[in-house]
Amino acid sequence: MTPSVADYNSPAENAWCPGCGNFGILMALKQALVLEEIAPHEVLVVSGVGQAAKLPQYMACNAYTVLHGRTLPAAVGAKLANHALTVIAVGGDGDGLAEGGNHFIHNMRRNVDITYLLNNNQVYGLTKGQPSPTTDQGFTSGMSPKGSPHPHMQHLAMAVACNCAFVARSFAATPDHLTQMIAQGIRHKGFALIDILQPCVSYNDVNTYGWYRERVRPLGDDHDPTDRQAALAKALAWGDEIPIGVIYRSARPTLEARLPALRKGPLVDQPIDPQVGMKLLSEFS
Amino acid sequence: MSDDITFRITGEAGQGMQSIGKIICKALAKGGIEVFANQDYESRIRGGCNHFDIRARDWPVYGPADEVDILVALSREGVRRHLPSVAPDGAVIFDSDQIKNVSAKCNVLAAPLERIAKKAGGSAVMSNTVGAGVALGLIGCEITLVNQVLRSQFRSKGKEVVDANLAVARAGHDYARAHTPDGWDRRMDRRSVKHLLMRGNDAIAVGAITAGCKFASAYPMTPSTSISEYLAMHADKCGLVFEQAEDEISALIMAQGAATAGARAMVATSGGGIALMVEGVSLAAATETPIVIIDAMRPGPATGLPTRTEQADLEFVIHAGHGEFARVVLAPGTAEQAFECTLRAFNLAEAYQIPVFVLTDQHLADQYRTVEAPELAEVPINRGALLPPGEVPEGYARHAITRSGVSPRALPGKQEALVVTAGDEHDERGFMIEAAKPRVAQVDKRLRKVRALVREMGRPSVYGPRGADIGLLCWGSTYGACREAIDLLRRDGYSVAMVHFTDLWPFPARAVESLLSRYLRLIDVEGNATAQLAHLLRAETGMSVDATILRYDGRPFSPSAIAKRVKEEIG
Repeated sequence: MTPSVADYNSPAENAWCPGCGNFGILMALKQALVLEEIAPHEVLVVSGVGQAAKLPQYMACNAYTVLHGRTLPAAVGAKLANHALTVIAVGGDGDGLAEGGNHFIHNMRRNVDITYLLNNNQVYGLTKGQPSPTTDQGFTSGMSPKGSPHPHMQHLAMAVACNCAFVARSFAATPDHLTQMIAQGIRHKGFALIDILQPCVSYNDVNTYGWYRERVRPLGDDHDPTDRQAALAKALAWGDEIPIGVIYRSARPTLEARLPALRKGPLVDQPIDPQVGMKLLSEFS
Repeated sequence: MSDDITFRITGEAGQGMQSIGKIICKALAKGGIEVFANQDYESRIRGGCNHFDIRARDWPVYGPADEVDILVALSREGVRRHLPSVAPDGAVIFDSDQIKNVSAKCNVLAAPLERIAKKAGGSAVMSNTVGAGVALGLIGCEITLVNQVLRSQFRSKGKEVVDANLAVARAGHDYARAHTPDGWDRRMDRRSVKHLLMRGNDAIAVGAITAGCKFASAYPMTPSTSISEYLAMHADKCGLVFEQAEDEISALIMAQGAATAGARAMVATSGGGIALMVEGVSLAAATETPIVIIDAMRPGPATGLPTRTEQADLEFVIHAGHGEFARVVLAPGTAEQAFECTLRAFNLAEAYQIPVFVLTDQHLADQYRTVEAPELAEVPINRGALLPPGEVPEGYARHAITRSGVSPRALPGKQEALVVTAGDEHDERGFMIEAAKPRVAQVDKRLRKVRALVREMGRPSVYGPRGADIGLLCWGSTYGACREAIDLLRRDGYSVAMVHFTDLWPFPARAVESLLSRYLRLIDVEGNATAQLAHLLRAETGMSVDATILRYDGRPFSPSAIAKRVKEEIG
């Protein structure tokens, strides 16, 4: 039976601020899963801590919410144990790029077939408005009263540099585009990063819906996402024009495909046989 | 004649002491001789002065001796430092072309090892094999045993390398026979007994695979690394995934991701790695994820002495993690116990859906010992309240409140019912909550597991006579030295027994209290500076020890040092 968006609806009470960019992301994720004909029980959505990390709780799916910054290791571990699951990781810019920065870099190298939604609102929401790694320089807040002193992180350029298998950017308020990007990310074999420009209506009065709308420009057919140099230029673009779409794509083999232990099927389906270990004892005689 | 012989191989890091040591250990073990070997090495890849000790005899051996009978010295510094430890009737073997002017009170075998190697058709690096041949020849070890070891050791390098090693070992063996000192009567006769020769870390790794561990992740850290290396090496053929993590934080969280999906999973690290994993321990408690954490201890604080031994993480792992929750801490004392504790750790982790720690240390991790092969019949697999997919009800609640505190466990994706869990406080269905009542219900439920867990904890094992006056308390790797100390003390007429703890948390207070009340005096022996077991005993039972024998210089206890201190304490 083909799943519908209604199958993904959850009765859980939603604690996001009215107007939050996360609502658009939640809807686009449900639509992308429906588009890919994936049923709720076939999906595991993994998150860390932050406003974005509440997302798996607001939809009907298998949900695993861990610690701040630890979204990716948890998602990757689950996928390696059961690669039949569709694993979606979701988290904010603080979770993924500050606390989880090391995991971000190394999981792009690791290339496990998961889809990572980076809900990038350029600010810390849950802790009330501090600068995040993607906050523009000069942003004033309680922890940066004289303006955020550091330039923002170029995480998409890092992704291209790490040869991340799939790098896309979209905008929380262009639902069709975002749905397409997530669906393509799910379909792509390998680690798919979807950077989602997400207005924060409570703590970011600079990067508003209007600010993004004036700047986002869908990439045209002239962009070749397999051209790494071209992709790097698009990944670095920020300012008056912000490109959205598939920035980079590479057909690297996934980690799962390179693991002989997974050839017999998901680890969780392989029976436990103490003989396997007992036989090793003869090596010590 | 029943002999008790200690070999010491010494030299600079990178000179091949380990290869000589392993050849000797394996040849003796193949000959049915009981072997105990421990390593003392510095945190460097080349240079310095390391040693590898092997004690051999024809009855079980658990700890080192004080005197060296046969010293194989590969460096001048090795001669200088270790010659004083050689027994007067012992012998020193060194390359007479490299090391000159050695004046010794013991027997001297100044063998030109490199020249012997070359003359027998080998290369300079094979002088190590010559050294092993000389040492084994000196105690009458049959050359066929040496050949068996060399064949399996060098098989992967091709026939030429194997043959050259066989030839140079024989040349070394012949040299020893031809140059046996006058009056030399130390020998080890072959016995028809079958043993396994394992390190503590080998036993943990094989134990994990036997337990059905399907996923392991680690960041390299001495002295835990060889566990992960073993798992990585055997992963493909054993249906296991090993993934080297970018840091220990990731290692533990990745393993928990795998465990949440349903695979038995573990991590191995040392104290510094545990320090990074602490938040993940707390996550495992909140999400009720079964996970096995191996802590191969080394001296701290901070980087401490990276290649040496200590037992100072006991109270750390008992308390590691914010919040209050159930966990288990096991500390094996021997390779046999390490195998068994690792199996139990996986079963307890799944039966109670909790983190389980196995504490070992450099001393046990790197120690080679001959052990009895475990029986397959002793290997039960208990996956606890894991529900078959067909039995998972609609509206399944991952964290259902139960009398035992253990909730029936379903795996995500194996049935239509959804599995929801969170490190945030949650209700029975796994949804985040703020309300007071379900919060208290979840805390109480998780802590209820402790009631049954305490009953799972075995009482300490006793070595020595019933009705002994003095109880020597110890835990973990101090088992071997304490056990040998008991033999020494009893030989001298002391009424003493060892009480060894493997099951440390939850502390089996009632069983311990009734056991310890038999002794007139309790002496606590630990490899740390603050007597952590004694502290735990007092906190959990109110009982105090009468004296403590503590060592925290990074070196393992020796049996005679314990015996001497016990005598001093008794007066």
